[in-house]
Amino acid sequence: MLVISDKTVRLVLKPAVFIACLLPLMLLVVGLINDTLGANPVEAMTHVTGEWTLRFLLITLLVTPARQILKLTWLIKFRRMLGLFAFFYATLHFITYIWFEQYFDWAEIVKDIIERPYITVGFSAFVMLIPLALTSNKMMIRRLKKNWVKLHKLIYVIAVLGVLHFIWLVKADYLQPFIYGVILLVLLSYRAYQQRKPATPAEGRRCRRSSS
Amino acid sequence: MSIIIKSTSDIKSSDITSKSVYMDRRRFMQQAFASSLLLAADAMLPVWAKRWPDPAQAPFRADDKLTSFEDITSYNNFYELGTSKTDPVKNAAAFNPRPWSIAVEGECDKPGVFDLEDFIKPYALQEYIYRLRCVEGWSMVIPWVGFSLAEMLKTFEPNSKAKYVEFTTLLDKSRFPGQSRRVLNWPYVEGLRIDEAMNPLPIMAVGLYGDILPNQNGAPIRLVVPWKYGFKSIKSIVKIRFSETRPKTTWNELAPDEYGFYANVNPEVDHPRWSQKTERRIGDAFWKPKQKTAMFNGYGEQVAQLYTGMDLTKNF
Ligand code: HEM
Repeated sequence: MLVISDKTVRLVLKPAVFIACLLPLMLLVVGLINDTLGANPVEAMTHVTGEWTLRFLLITLLVTPARQILKLTWLIKFRRMLGLFAFFYATLHFITYIWFEQYFDWAEIVKDIIERPYITVGFSAFVMLIPLALTSNKMMIRRLKKNWVKLHKLIYVIAVLGVLHFIWLVKADYLQPFIYGVILLVLLSYRAYQQRKPATPAEGRRCRRSSS
Repeated sequence: MSIIIKSTSDIKSSDITSKSVYMDRRRFMQQAFASSLLLAADAMLPVWAKRWPDPAQAPFRADDKLTSFEDITSYNNFYELGTSKTDPVKNAAAFNPRPWSIAVEGECDKPGVFDLEDFIKPYALQEYIYRLRCVEGWSMVIPWVGFSLAEMLKTFEPNSKAKYVEFTTLLDKSRFPGQSRRVLNWPYVEGLRIDEAMNPLPIMAVGLYGDILPNQNGAPIRLVVPWKYGFKSIKSIVKIRFSETRPKTTWNELAPDEYGFYANVNPEVDHPRWSQKTERRIGDAFWKPKQKTAMFNGYGEQVAQLYTGMDLTKNF
């Protein structure tokens, strides 16, 4: 078991992870400025932000299993940041769509959200991310108590909708969404397996300690 | 002034550096293409010279600003060379479009199998500047080098049963790595109604920007039908068949509710998953809004009469 002090996490690891999470955006901005995103930069923006939204959702879901399997309790301290980055990239993805794909054609945007299943599903996922982002702070955790845990279970639904969104927008090659789908399925299965298994006293103790 | 050149081997390498000889050879190349071997011609051209530096101009020329050579050759939908748009340019080197032969079959009086050079020989090559509108909602303006499809089809003397023309792309995993995954039902097949094919607009293209067709753009020979979505303009053709029944075309068979047989550019009929009202012109700055898509991609004057009385919402 690798033990890392609170101080190291706070002063070294967290800033490092934070900067790493911003790298995809930085590369995108550099690409835009240097015009190296290829023939269709808007498509590149949509794809990069969409893919990183989905990746951050899956990475966030991976935190708890990784913490349990690798017995690295401090990993939990990154979960909120990773989840918020999923929301951050989703917001960029949505802005790209509204601004550069639709150019603020609100009638067309509403029509898309209502009529095109892949947009309906993507939009639902984005809307569900909003309450999660707004309640991702100590005050809301304290206030909502058990409801907070219930509310944040929505992330599973969001991730499923994200994969569905990807499947439905593909024209013929389903390899990419298939890979994300398999990863999500593994994460969901692990969670289902954990819930059926009665918690051992040791695990209970660790959980209590880490949430205090 | 003109120099007489009997055969390609008569050109000495010292001539290549001479500007005046080059200028003459430019002219020579334009005339000689129809009768010379592509490969032999390749060998004698200085590397910086285009094959058809100054091609004769076809009457159909879009006034739009040309899309850059780089964009045309680095952003392609050509699943035989990979499904992402940047795959074809990366995998282009792996595809060798020589040797190449084309089979002409079906309801015609002069079928046969032809070597590419013999196949192209009878036709006058011209430059056609056409808009290309992809079904995905982007567009380009491309200076093709090619010849009239109608003129070409007539030489094979289609009979009265020839109601459709079907085109097929090469099926060969060793040359098209993308075909080793069953993303589409290989080989790629496209088709036109015979009256569409006999319209003066469609061409068989063998080049772009005055030079030989890059592999990622469908070398060595492809179809270009400018009033239809890009997927109709089938690449790397090895077979042309006249038929009485409508060909089973690849995207139409894969998703008939999304990709029609006609696939005419039509801003009024949405793709089920996205609007077709607007298009992004490749090369425009990313902050610029998309532009409006024109009915028949702006070629209505030449082709609208082909569809009189047809419900284009049903026959999309
Ligand atoms: C949590 C929410 C979302 C996730 C996880 C997500 C994820 C993705 C992914 C992975 C892609 C494919 C990228 C690629 O092909 O490489 C994508 C594409 C796209 N998404 Fe989203 N997305 C979300 C929300 C939305 C929303 C709210 C909209 C608009 C209202 C939207 C519109 C699009 C569009 C237009 C594309 C491009 C489709 C195409 O290329 O044909 N997405 N998204």
